[in-house]
Amino acid sequence: MNWIANNLDQVGQLTLAHLAIALPPIVLSFVISVPIGWLANRLRWSRGILRWSSGALLTLCVLLYAIPSFPLFVALPSLIGTGLRDPVNVVVGLTLYGIALMVRTSADGLAAVDPDVRESATAVGFSGWSRFWRVELPLSAPVLLAGLRVVAVSTVSLTTVGAVLGISSLGTLFTDGFQRNIPAEIATGIVVTMAIALIIDAILVLVGRLLLPWVRATSRAGGPRTSRSVKQAVVT
Amino acid sequence: MIEFRSVSKQFPGGTVAVNDFSLVIPSRKTTVLVGSSGSGKTTILRMINRMIDPTSGSIEIDGEDISTLQPVKLRRRIGYVMQNSGLLPHFSVIDNVATVPILSGMPKKKAREQSLALLDTVGLDRSLAHRYPSQLSGGQQQRVGVARGLAANPNILLMDEPFGAVDPIVRAELQAELIRLQRELDKTVVFVTHDIDEAFLLGDQVVILETGGHIVQVGSPTEILSDPANDFVASFIGADKGKRALTIRKTPRGEILVDSEGRAAGVLVPAQDGADR
Repeated sequence: MNWIANNLDQVGQLTLAHLAIALPPIVLSFVISVPIGWLANRLRWSRGILRWSSGALLTLCVLLYAIPSFPLFVALPSLIGTGLRDPVNVVVGLTLYGIALMVRTSADGLAAVDPDVRESATAVGFSGWSRFWRVELPLSAPVLLAGLRVVAVSTVSLTTVGAVLGISSLGTLFTDGFQRNIPAEIATGIVVTMAIALIIDAILVLVGRLLLPWVRATSRAGGPRTSRSVKQAVVT
Repeated sequence: MIEFRSVSKQFPGGTVAVNDFSLVIPSRKTTVLVGSSGSGKTTILRMINRMIDPTSGSIEIDGEDISTLQPVKLRRRIGYVMQNSGLLPHFSVIDNVATVPILSGMPKKKAREQSLALLDTVGLDRSLAHRYPSQLSGGQQQRVGVARGLAANPNILLMDEPFGAVDPIVRAELQAELIRLQRELDKTVVFVTHDIDEAFLLGDQVVILETGGHIVQVGSPTEILSDPANDFVASFIGADKGKRALTIRKTPRGEILVDSEGRAAGVLVPAQDGADR
């Protein structure tokens, strides 16, 4: 405990550095994955080679996750022209991992929108664009949010890997703690990293509740509205 | 007036859903398309708001060829009510009703005020305005669906088996409500159903369809019942058997009408003026 009290400043600075690396990939992978997921869905409903390319696109994105992180962070500087110790390397690498997790979820979430609802939105006069923003995206939001929560905690945790390359984050507490044999420092790194992951997760849940009030109303009323649940609905 | 001229629709898989279909749907009347599954009735309905485009032939609304109109704009001026309401689950009742006016550019506040009034029109309590569709019963959801269909004050209202998924008691209520609404609002209603009783109850003009959108008979319920075009129609409307084939039976207390099963179905009373449709 003494160690923490004496190094509070350093822990605070590393926490900020950690957030500066972890937050952009969370946002970026979401913003990049949703259009890719949308595209994969569009291709899935077309014919021939295009239909095949939908599966290829999804598989390609998921394969990103199979690239080992250490070699990726080492190789990225030469690929994107950054310095070996530039935090941007980690941001880019984590964004790629985030995309790997998020693209499949985005495609599944958008595909799971009730076709009846999509059709009725078209029938009353939503254009393709407004239907995406006002119907398909909000209705797939619960699934997207679930995916984003996984990306968020995973990204916060993976950010520590950068420390091995000398990029400051809470991971620095592990490398430094190991080298100087200070167990309290290692423990602090682990606990603070997990705490940040939990806090970000809690914020996402809260934002979800605020932005998607209909989800709770619907689950209280007995599950999402499907054509079946309407048929079974209680009489007026 | 909506006019179909030799309209055919072949789907990409090769199925011919509608083959050489021609029909005039008069304004300010209710036209009911009735037929079993595969008769192409829903395809015909959806061609009116260009949810489906015909492979050949043309469709005109008040003399205007709809293939020259922008589908999105066309749909916004035609009311559409579907089975299972088709309400947006993430919009409150009031926002569902206000959807089309807001899409067409009406200020939100005004659209919501107008939608509240529409809830009254379809017989829904205003206290339901801020609920979500999932919190309503099936019958209430259909009423919201009708209110949404009326929100842009369209001349044409398309109804695709709107009461197919509710139980018989609620269905009867909704049918009565639609008859009342139609008396007040005078829309051109095109209604699709597979239920011949519903067709006769609601339709000024009833169109009986066979596979491929082939018209077997068009006429008022009276015309069809009194003179079925062929055995198919007679059997479809049940004129040859069951509850529509009534005979008079004398009883000690007077004459009653019985159906073919011998069950009492009603009594004969003197005709009222104007009861003929």
